[in-house]
Amino acid sequence: MSAATNTVDPAEVAKFEAMAAEWWDLDGKFKPLHMMNPCRLDYITSQIAAEFSRNMGSAAPFAGLRVLDIGCGGGLLCEPMARLGATVVGADAAARNIPVARVHAEQSGLTIDYRHTTAEALADAGEQFDVVLNMEVVEHVADPKAYLAACRALTRRGGLHICSTINRNAKSFGMAILGAEYVMRWLPKGTHEWSKFITPDELTALLRAAGFNVLDTKGFQFNPLLWSWRISDRDLSVNYVTTARAPS
Amino acid sequence: MTKADESLNHDVLIVGGGLNGPALALALARAGLRVAVIDSLPLVTRADPGFDGRAYALALASQRLLRALGVWPRVAAEAQPMLEIKVSDGRAGEGPGPFFMHFDSAEIEEGPMGYMVEDRHLRRAFLDAMAETAAITQYPSATVTAQDTSGAVARVTLADGRVLQGRMVVGCDGRKSGTAARAGINRQGWPYGQTGVVCAVAHALPHGGVAQQFFMPHGPLAILPLKGNRSSIVWSETSARAKELVAMEDADFLDALRPAFGSFLGQIRLEGVRFAYPLDLTLAESFIAPRLALVGDAAHGMHPIAGQGLNAGLRDVAALAAVLDEARARGEDIGAPAVLRRYQQWRRFDTATLALATDGFNKLFSNDNPILRAARGLGLGLVNAAPRLRRGFIREAAGLTGELPPLMR
Repeated sequence: MSAATNTVDPAEVAKFEAMAAEWWDLDGKFKPLHMMNPCRLDYITSQIAAEFSRNMGSAAPFAGLRVLDIGCGGGLLCEPMARLGATVVGADAAARNIPVARVHAEQSGLTIDYRHTTAEALADAGEQFDVVLNMEVVEHVADPKAYLAACRALTRRGGLHICSTINRNAKSFGMAILGAEYVMRWLPKGTHEWSKFITPDELTALLRAAGFNVLDTKGFQFNPLLWSWRISDRDLSVNYVTTARAPS
Repeated sequence: MTKADESLNHDVLIVGGGLNGPALALALARAGLRVAVIDSLPLVTRADPGFDGRAYALALASQRLLRALGVWPRVAAEAQPMLEIKVSDGRAGEGPGPFFMHFDSAEIEEGPMGYMVEDRHLRRAFLDAMAETAAITQYPSATVTAQDTSGAVARVTLADGRVLQGRMVVGCDGRKSGTAARAGINRQGWPYGQTGVVCAVAHALPHGGVAQQFFMPHGPLAILPLKGNRSSIVWSETSARAKELVAMEDADFLDALRPAFGSFLGQIRLEGVRFAYPLDLTLAESFIAPRLALVGDAAHGMHPIAGQGLNAGLRDVAALAAVLDEARARGEDIGAPAVLRRYQQWRRFDTATLALATDGFNKLFSNDNPILRAARGLGLGLVNAAPRLRRGFIREAAGLTGELPPLMR
């Protein structure tokens, strides 16, 4: 990884460091992701620990697991996975995120394989993972069916695929688009296209069609009084997440 | 995979090996973190079992924390349960006033409100427990000369040139915290102009596990039950008067103490020496900085009027341990601002409220204004007459209110 960063010029590195600082600024433009991240991590870590019988009290509970994070951004999920001992590949279709994520991982003393690529390209290359993290991506892709087929190809037999997205209903329109983009200005206007949101039933059907067995579905619920997110068993009305297994 | 692990000898560097520091070290070691405990004193001095007169009123929640950390069995035989607390308004030479509050642990189901434990027993128990914990490395007789928490690792430089590295530094180094000062964290302070005179007395009659608090014109006098026919005295006075009290011959001091103390415990004599602690309220402007957190008096020094100093510190310990344990299990960077903010949010409001409440309580009671005397007499009587309010006070004294960290449940 250091070989990759050493080839770019110092001005570029300074720019990437500034962008990394922006990605990891709790009050900056990625504030909504930072607010949601502990809740996402709680869900992801508990699902992986349960599926692969890992003891979260041990020093490197995810040692030996190969994890892919699709749409890795600045590395908000990759770094915790690496810290827990997993071998991590972070993929992002946006080229500018890759050096930014690399700089931050290096600062954090973590080894993470960040690549400017897509799920489809990785699948074509025959890559396979024990865990595929597919968080807040499926609502942005042009063809969810083809995309999830690629995700299935990336998940080894018996592996886990964890996918979160946003439901499509009046409430999600109010919360995710009017609330987050227009009222709170958490996200740039136009971040989400409501018509691309997917209901839990639709996602379950898509995952099954791709060849996954859906194991679990939970909601991520925002509490405006505590200003924090929590995992909900029942409330799938806006943000929700599914865990699916590729049959062994 | 963490490649910096080889160069990181510890996860958390704790500065201060008094009581909060070791409690935090034990709690973090249980959570699977490797801890360094740095203290300027040698171990033999800290383990000295000689009685110096200091004792703590451990609230029930604090006792539960010690139990969870395996420290309680080491001090249980030396701990005096506090079964009742009596609070009354007094005036030198007159003894307790007619109005009083009486809290009896029989009114709550959780058991005694707390325990009195002497400093020497507690200190020794913590040192023994740390020595038996492989994940804890002690750095005794070590003074911190520099710290750097600006990067991805925290570094602490010791006077002998050694440099310790960790994910974060925790300052458990008291109200004059060097850790806070080096991090550029300012403190606000309000001196009371009072000094606490602390000593132990032996008395002829048994105390029955009753803690007494008299509000005297110049400051409160607490008589707290120790094992056997002994009690710990915390006598808050104007600083000038306290200086006189400490300088007196034993016999003269006892003569000065007797009128306030009253005769309900029979003949009294001094055990050990007298200590004077200037009382002031200090509050750090922030409990956190990058890769740094403050715990106990380093974050908040409060009036000992309600015996809440150590209890508040142990609550910080349990809260910080819970936050760091949860972060570690999620794979978060334990020294990251996102993580430390959770600790600050949890503890800062709680402790600021408590510090100001004890400050207000002290101001209300530490004067001889006849109207205030009448009003607080009435207030004490009213609280005493209202069972629901009284049970609320008992739970508060036992430390059972607010959001309890898991180690205290």
